[in-house]
Amino acid sequence: MADKIVVKNLFVYYGKFQALKEINLTFTDRKITALIGPSGCGKSTLLRTLNRMNDLIKGVKVEGEVYLDGENIYLNNTNLVELRKKVGMVFQRPNPFPLTVFDNLVYGLRVRGTNNNRLLKEIVEKSLNNVWLWDELKDKLKKPALSLSLEQQQRLCLARLLAVEPEVILMDEPCSALDPIATGKIEELMFELKKEYTVVIVTHNMQQAARVSDFSGFLLLGDLIEFGETGKIFTAPKDERTQDYITGRFG
Amino acid sequence: MKRIFISLISKFYTSLTGLASVLIIFIVAIILGNIIYNGLPGISWKFLTNAPETGMTGGGIFPAIFATVALVILMTLVVLPLGVFTAIYLHEYASQGSKYVYWVRLAIHNLAGVPSIVFGLFGLGFFIQFIGKNIDNIFFAHTLVYGQPAIIWAALTLALLTLPTVVVTTEEALRAVPDSFREAAYALGATRWQMVRHVVLPQAIGGILTGGILAVSRGAGEVAPIMFTGVAYYLPYLPTQLNHQFMHLGYHIYVLATQSPDVEVTKPILYSTVLVLLVLTVCLNFVAILIRTKTRQRLRGER
Repeated sequence: MADKIVVKNLFVYYGKFQALKEINLTFTDRKITALIGPSGCGKSTLLRTLNRMNDLIKGVKVEGEVYLDGENIYLNNTNLVELRKKVGMVFQRPNPFPLTVFDNLVYGLRVRGTNNNRLLKEIVEKSLNNVWLWDELKDKLKKPALSLSLEQQQRLCLARLLAVEPEVILMDEPCSALDPIATGKIEELMFELKKEYTVVIVTHNMQQAARVSDFSGFLLLGDLIEFGETGKIFTAPKDERTQDYITGRFG
Repeated sequence: MKRIFISLISKFYTSLTGLASVLIIFIVAIILGNIIYNGLPGISWKFLTNAPETGMTGGGIFPAIFATVALVILMTLVVLPLGVFTAIYLHEYASQGSKYVYWVRLAIHNLAGVPSIVFGLFGLGFFIQFIGKNIDNIFFAHTLVYGQPAIIWAALTLALLTLPTVVVTTEEALRAVPDSFREAAYALGATRWQMVRHVVLPQAIGGILTGGILAVSRGAGEVAPIMFTGVAYYLPYLPTQLNHQFMHLGYHIYVLATQSPDVEVTKPILYSTVLVLLVLTVCLNFVAILIRTKTRQRLRGER
């Protein structure tokens, strides 16, 4: 089991507010790691430090190191475009561009200069197959992506990401806008994904974390309270606060 | 007793506010009605395509229509790129909350508050007497080519006047594009410019065009800024070069109303000219609204 991402002594501030305090943890290659905790605990912040999406937020300050394959991504000369090619992200709400299904899927390739139409078509089919959307959408490639159902949109966003072949997939509550059946489909998909990708998922849903993840981290008010194998965290948590949270006593 | 009093007060204010709104409709109706009633009979193909004759008491207004359109096009060519790029820088590139951005925004808001006649004087002092004169001194051996009122200087002055409109509306349009699209583009490895170019601009284009057209319709009607910078009382030719002077609908109205040798004869022409200017401006506003609506529909995927 190789370490894919290693977080060392990470502190994040939004202005004066301390969002993360001294975070140390490791994300394992080709495993699913879940970050859980109540709203505002910093789990989304932690997720977004992994591809430096936080840089977009006004007044954010990051201290500490995050290593991707042994390389610190918080150097001044880190190439953010390269980083985000490797570490892709799926968001809370499906956010397809207001383009056609096809144009959405090939967006990431086109910005990299791939314009060969046959190649693009192949990749579109492959990435839609990866999220089990090909049969549903093969006749709707020219339709606006926003006309799809929410769940299809979310899978489309995932397919759009897979088309550029990232190494790590970050998921920020990917199912919170979806109904239970759609959520089930996405979860099933995640098992498929971890064969090839390192997946980090932020979720509010305790059962979801328990079902899909191999490792779990519990955050509270910016502290990483507990981190370990999901089985252990959910059956025998070491910390009382973790126990309280997963049994639903607060949060 | 008290209850009746309260209900009376309430009725009073209902009527008062209602009356105020009726008054607006009333005023607009009178203005439009008067102009259309008096101006429409004078509109003819000849009026729209001929030059003024016999000391403005006859003929048409074609030179003024032509030059007004030319002026506005020149102005747009300057103000749209300048304003749109400024707004893109402010909203997409500059780090928000920086001192520099603060000063640029302050400057733009102040620019919006400057009276238009001051723009005219600025244009005269800066564009004509400073830039124009220096161009002449350097390139034309001190002969008078660009150091005089001309359509290019008038267009530049108008561009300055309308710059705040374009910057502010473009920024509004950029702000209306949800951040999730920006993040999605970044998450796919797009550079900032690719993100702006492919994701933000296509969605903001409706708002940007609206801003452009608002600027155009404002620029088309402004007279004060061009009074010192290029407009002429009467010209027998059309402006075909950048350093030509020109006639202008708005200024022509001013001339007809104040400088005519025979007011009674000029009056119908004056009315018709006002009508033409009004129709031109209303059309531009109408196009702006149309584009905005179309773009909104397209973004919702209604097509």
